[in-house]
Amino acid sequence: MVDIRDDLKLIAEMVEPNSRVLDVGCGDGALLDYLAHTKNVDGRGIELSMDGVRQCVAHGLSVIQGDAETDLKDYPAEAFDYVILGQTLQAMKQPRDVLEMLCRIGRRAIVSVPNFGYWRVRMQLMLTGRMPVTEKLGYQWWETPNIHFCTLRDFVVLTEEMSITIEQTRIIDRAGRVTSHAHSGFANLLGEQGVFLLRRNG
Amino acid sequence: MSAALDSSAPKAPAPAPAHEPNDQVMPGKRVRLAVDRPMRLDSGVEIGGFQIAYQTYGTLNADKSNAIFICHALTGDHFVVERHPVTGKPGWWEMLVGPGKPVDTDRYFVICSNVLGGCLGSTGPKDLDPATGQPYGLSFPVVTIGDMVRAQKLLVEHLGIEKLFCVIGGSMGGMQVLQWAVAYPESVFAAVPIATAARHSAQNIAFHEVGRQAIMADPEWRGGNYLLEGTRPEAGLAVARMAAHITYLSETALHRKFGRNLQDRKAITYGFDADFQVESYLRYQGAAFVERFDANSYLYITRAMDYFDLAADAGGSLANAFRPGGKTTPVRFCLASFSSDWLFPTSESRAIVHALNAVAGNVSFVEIETDKGHDAFLLDEPEFHQVIHGFLEGCAEHRGLSVRRRAR
Repeated sequence: MVDIRDDLKLIAEMVEPNSRVLDVGCGDGALLDYLAHTKNVDGRGIELSMDGVRQCVAHGLSVIQGDAETDLKDYPAEAFDYVILGQTLQAMKQPRDVLEMLCRIGRRAIVSVPNFGYWRVRMQLMLTGRMPVTEKLGYQWWETPNIHFCTLRDFVVLTEEMSITIEQTRIIDRAGRVTSHAHSGFANLLGEQGVFLLRRNG
Repeated sequence: MSAALDSSAPKAPAPAPAHEPNDQVMPGKRVRLAVDRPMRLDSGVEIGGFQIAYQTYGTLNADKSNAIFICHALTGDHFVVERHPVTGKPGWWEMLVGPGKPVDTDRYFVICSNVLGGCLGSTGPKDLDPATGQPYGLSFPVVTIGDMVRAQKLLVEHLGIEKLFCVIGGSMGGMQVLQWAVAYPESVFAAVPIATAARHSAQNIAFHEVGRQAIMADPEWRGGNYLLEGTRPEAGLAVARMAAHITYLSETALHRKFGRNLQDRKAITYGFDADFQVESYLRYQGAAFVERFDANSYLYITRAMDYFDLAADAGGSLANAFRPGGKTTPVRFCLASFSSDWLFPTSESRAIVHALNAVAGNVSFVEIETDKGHDAFLLDEPEFHQVIHGFLEGCAEHRGLSVRRRAR
C-alpha cells in the first residue's frame, strides 16, 4: 500500500468507507488512490495542473482538468458524501465562495488549512519584521500562490458566520503529530495546520 | 409515434449489394442488417437489409465482456490496424490500437465498422437502389450520427454482444461515442470521446458547406448522378479535401512542416503553379483522397456531422442527455482534447465535462499539450496514449477483466 502524507492520512480517517468523494485539487491523486484502496471509495478529482491530471487518469482515477473556482458550480447539491479541499483554500480568489460550494456539493466537506497564527510564523513576523517563510510555506511574498492566509481562529469564525458546523477537528504540529482534537485554546498557537470536517447547518 | 404515422413513413427498399469492381477483393467482414425489420432513420425514412462492412481484431472472451468498438472519423474506415486495401498505407490508428498498445488487441476484442452512408463497403449513395437498379446518388436517405450508431448497435447485437466494454473514437468518431453513451447507456461500460463536440459548431458547418459546394460546383458531379453518367467529380472532391485538411492542422504545424519553402524551385514563378511546398502538399492530399472516397458519400457524412446536436435531442440541456430516466448515466467517460485543435477546441470537450459534472457523472478529462492540431489524435502523442491506457486499465479493473496480459 502506498504511504501518504500525514495530513492526507488524517483526512482519510474522516471518510466513511464506501462513500462518494470529490477531491478538489487532487494533485497526483495520492489521496484518491489511497481512499479507493483502503476504503473502497468512489472517488473523483479536480486538478488544475495538466501534469497532475495526466498522472491521475493514467493511474485509472476519474479526474478532470479544471479550476475549483469556476468548475465547482456545475455540480448538483449533495452530489458527494465528502468534498475534500486539502491546503488550497488560501490560494483561492474567493475562499468564502469556494467553502460555500464545497458544503453545497458535499454532505460533508473536509478542509485543511495552514495556520498563519502558528507560533513560528508569529515569531518570524515579530522578530524579523518580514513576511514569514516556513518549510511548508516556502514562498516569498511576491511569488506565493497563497493569497488568502488565515489563522485557525479566523477560519473557525468564518464557519460560524456561514452557519457551518465543525464536526471534527485535528490540529497538527510541525512534525505531523495531532496536538489537539479541539480548535479552541492553544490550537491556534501550537498547530501548524488544521483539518476540519464540516457540515452546513439545516 | 402512432402506427398510422409509421405506415405512412416513406420506405427505401432494400439496397442492392455495392457494385464497384474492387468490392469483391476488399478484405474485411460484411453483414446485412435490419433484414427482417427495417431500421427507422431520424429523417423518418425506413431502410432495411443494408450492408455494413466491418473488421475485428483480437478475441472475444467467453462472457463477451471485452469488446471495444472503435468509431472512425469523417473520412476514416474500418481498416484500423491493417494495410489499407486502396491506398496501401498502414491502418489509421496503429498508434493506439494493436498488440501491447493502449487498445490492446491481445486483451480486447476490437470492432470497427464503416459508417452507414460510407463508401468502403457499407451501404451508401454509390450503391444500387433496387427500386431503380441505378446508383442511389442523392436519392439515398440522409443519415445522421444517430442513424450510424443505430446501425452499429445492430452490428454489435449481431455479434452477440450485450454490453460493450468501451466505445472510443475521435472527431466524428467522438460524436458517435457520445451518441452511443446517450442512446444506449446500459450497453456501454466506458466511453472515450476524443477531440470532439456535443454539437457541430457554426464554423465547422461553414467549412463543411465550402467542401460540399466545391463538389457540387464540379460540372462532373452531374447533380449527383456521376456514376450513372460515367464521370468523376474529382476536382471538386479534391478541393473539398484540401480545405478540410487545413482545418485538421495547426498554423504552427503547417509552418514547421512547410514554412514558405518553395517546391522544387529556387524562386517564385510569377504564376499559379504550386510554387510553395504547402500548395503542393495540399494538391497531393486532394489527389490522393479522390482515389479512395466517393463524392456523394462526402456530402452525406459531412451532413450527418452538421446535424449532430446532443443537447437539442435532450430538450435543450446537454446535462439531461446524461440523465436517462432521471438517473445519472452509468457510463464512465474519459474525454481528451488537444491544445492546438481549433476545429474541436478544448472548450467543446469542457462543455461536455461540465454537463457530466452537473449530473455527477463519472468523468475524466485531459487536455493534451501539442502543436499538431486536430489530427493529433491520430499521431504519436505519448501522453495521450498514457491517458487512454490508464483509463482502460482502471475500467478493466472495475469491469473485472483480468489484468494479466497474455505472455508475448
